[in-house]
Amino acid sequence: MGLPLMMERSSNNNNNVVELSRVAVSDTHGEDSPYFAGWKAYDENPYDESHNPSGVIQMGLAENQVSFDLLESYLEKKNPEGSMWGSKGAPGFRENALFQDYHGLKTFRQAMASFMEQIRGGKARFDPDRIVLTAGATAANELLTFILADPNDALLVPTPYYPGFDRDLRWRTGVRIVPIHCDSSNHFQITPEALESAYQTARDANIRVRGVLITNPSNPLGATVQKKVLENLLDFCVRKNIHLVADEIYSGSVFHASEFTSVAEIVEIIDDVTVKERVHIVYSLSKDLGLPGFRVGTIYSYNDNVVRTARRMSSFTLVSSQTQHMLAAMLSDEEFTEKYIRINRERLRRRYETIVEGLKKAGIECLKGNAGLFCWMNLGFLLDKKTKEGELELWDVILKELKLNISPGTSCHCSEFGWFRVCFANMSEKTLEIALTRIHEFMDRRKRF
Amino acid sequence: MGSLKKNGGAILSRIATNDHHGENSEYFDGWKSYDKDPFHHSRNPCGIIQMGLAENQLCLELIEGWIKDNPKASICTPEGVGQFGDIAIFQDYHGLKEFRQAIAHFMGKARGGRVTFDPERIVMSGGATGANETIMFCLADPGDVFLVPSPYYAAFDRDLRWRTGVEIIPVHCYSSNSFKLTVEAVEWAYKKAQESNKKVKGLILTNPSNPLGTMLDKDTLKNLVRFVTRKNIHLVVDEIYAGTVFAGENFVSVAEVVNNVDSYEVNVDLIHIVYSLSKDMGLPGFRVGIIYSYNDLVVSCARKMSSFGLVSSQTQLMLASMLSDDRFVEIFLTENSRRLKIRHEDYTSGLKKAGITCLTSNAGLFVWMDLRHLLRDRNSFESEIELWHIIIDKVKLNVSPGSSFHCTEPGWFRACFANMDDDTLHAALRRIQAFVSKNHKIVENSSDSDQIVQSNNVKKQKWKQSNLRLSFRRLYEDGLSSPGIMSPRSPLLRT
Repeated sequence: MGLPLMMERSSNNNNNVVELSRVAVSDTHGEDSPYFAGWKAYDENPYDESHNPSGVIQMGLAENQVSFDLLESYLEKKNPEGSMWGSKGAPGFRENALFQDYHGLKTFRQAMASFMEQIRGGKARFDPDRIVLTAGATAANELLTFILADPNDALLVPTPYYPGFDRDLRWRTGVRIVPIHCDSSNHFQITPEALESAYQTARDANIRVRGVLITNPSNPLGATVQKKVLENLLDFCVRKNIHLVADEIYSGSVFHASEFTSVAEIVEIIDDVTVKERVHIVYSLSKDLGLPGFRVGTIYSYNDNVVRTARRMSSFTLVSSQTQHMLAAMLSDEEFTEKYIRINRERLRRRYETIVEGLKKAGIECLKGNAGLFCWMNLGFLLDKKTKEGELELWDVILKELKLNISPGTSCHCSEFGWFRVCFANMSEKTLEIALTRIHEFMDRRKRF
Repeated sequence: MGSLKKNGGAILSRIATNDHHGENSEYFDGWKSYDKDPFHHSRNPCGIIQMGLAENQLCLELIEGWIKDNPKASICTPEGVGQFGDIAIFQDYHGLKEFRQAIAHFMGKARGGRVTFDPERIVMSGGATGANETIMFCLADPGDVFLVPSPYYAAFDRDLRWRTGVEIIPVHCYSSNSFKLTVEAVEWAYKKAQESNKKVKGLILTNPSNPLGTMLDKDTLKNLVRFVTRKNIHLVVDEIYAGTVFAGENFVSVAEVVNNVDSYEVNVDLIHIVYSLSKDMGLPGFRVGIIYSYNDLVVSCARKMSSFGLVSSQTQLMLASMLSDDRFVEIFLTENSRRLKIRHEDYTSGLKKAGITCLTSNAGLFVWMDLRHLLRDRNSFESEIELWHIIIDKVKLNVSPGSSFHCTEPGWFRACFANMDDDTLHAALRRIQAFVSKNHKIVENSSDSDQIVQSNNVKKQKWKQSNLRLSFRRLYEDGLSSPGIMSPRSPLLRT
């Protein structure tokens, strides 16, 4: 009744367009940012060694493809899925298919704890019962935000930061990010002044700060956070009575293990529970093991309430029991994991050196990095105007002329213009060489003008 | 700042500290009892039989057989490991194309081929749990209302409300007309909500119903679609039990109605379906939740949100292969319906012998038992809880009391029958029959029941005080595998 007879069955129902939620219509999902525009260009014209050698090379994707052969050969030898089902009294397929307990498979949690310990060279211990599983670090970061902050509260996040945080920490939670500005004058390390300043900015705007969230090693800097800085951070959080979240997703991608200090190491030697209870670690197998498709994220918290609540919330985002089962077998094979971690580090280091030296030969400097799947390249000297627009213009030139998709610093909220994140682990060595050649040629052309 | 310094520790959010997770409910008493004393044929034949868990274990061996015969569907076998690299890095939130196609195909087949689904509208989520929460995030703001027919799945309180801030208002259904949902009841609930100045964004219902096991008839479904279109509110239909319809019965999906109602009567932008493989296929561990929407914006938004709960690419690959095997799918769906029908008849005829009737149902993994005649006081929920504790402690069955599903009439209980083997089912029936013949009416043994009530109260106190660490995983992790028996699970799953 009351509807015109000739209404079309389409969403062009302009008289009565049905409302979606505010969250649905906001753009906090972040997909309109240049970070994603480059992806579209890549999708339309993707580089391929044989079929499309002049296509766009994807250097905006922090994926680790350098160590797949190690995983494949392990699987070929051991088949951790089929061979484990029903053998030696292990639970069979049926039990696995039915297993939806949000505690997660105990064997898997134990394997994760042990893997995380190995990465840290035994300098910290992880209790499997404090491990909460989520479908990727994306879910882990969002979930923690739901637990630690109310809508309109803020988390302080050092810039430059992973562009996905804008969505993961803010979109459905309604929580804000207040940046802790870092710059090249001290290699983008977090200073006590920057911390205080960010905190004050929030307070001045009447925003309640609930915590600090860092990525260590940093994305996009590709560098570990110094131990002293971590200690300062923890002090700061204690003084302000807020939480500290350390996303250590790249911890296994540090080129020299000794250069990484996990926040876990610092917490371990502290007895005061009120200090420990504010520390939470996020981890995932997406970067170190190169398995983003399997959606394996974890939250590790020293706070019992957070563990319990996170576990309950993980119901919305559990890890497939099939995947838990396979990885439990793989990651509890300590001989395999030790070898994997060691070789992976080595290969990443060599890749890093290749790209940094290649860029140097082209007259381009990078921030001194020691971890991760990317380098932080400084093209500030190429900018006509050291502004956001200037940077994006240059980025567009690199995308259209050099056919390289790299990530502009502004998409990472960097307050200095001209920095770019360049990924190097998601391609073959040959492709990396071609990318470097294109950069050399570009720089040569510029010199001539 | 003063409020932050609570007990010296940084406090948590409101969401973290409210109890919308639902686990403080007394309904977990049954789980706790089961966990302490779980039934096992040989090891613990007097233990509590779990009938509170809506799982489908009847056809798992068919799936296991298929997997063994199709090593290429696994990335771990020699035949399949060649796909490992591509699958391991695949995190595109569109999902594997073959997976979406296979799911769309399977959904159509589960509905007897009467509808087809467009793979481009298939969006993944972390189980139906994730799907229901995500659709709320897409459709409603905090404080908005969704109407839900009662009795309804207990975990909706958590899934629809906890992190979304959405409010749910029940549309009550009554035994006087077999708990059928009527458009009039929905209209009435809608009007009442509006009068209290609440913003109703939609209606969400499970069809086939949990806990009733009944299906909506075509006309009612059509009228519901017309109603939401008139009011310009959303309709979410959770069809998670679509493939559990007993052999010989026909399920009408809202997808069918959308095709069969005049286009001016339905605004398809309002229609959304939630699906999952947890019940039809018995694969809750694999976390395969699906949102299917006729609204392009909702598909787009839900897809972006699916980043928070994608299906493991390893699982996508396996299911893409399995569900595009037409022969297997047909055999599976037919066998599943057949075995469920038999199991249902087995159970209900056994109950009949004990003088217990159930709501007539033709789908689902459970029955809705009428135990009103066993209540001390037919009008009291206290009586229902008393009876429930007696069933747990004396009959040694964990069934679910109707009040946990927000039923407005005391005395109804949901009992699951597909999560066990035949022997266990018969053991359960024997216990029920024995109990009923000994205790014709509870009131006749009032002194016994008073003691039981008292001791139950004492037990409740103890549990509340001792902050028990529940070891639901115990049996499973100790490696005790028992073919037809449920191993303990965490309390707040898809029950």
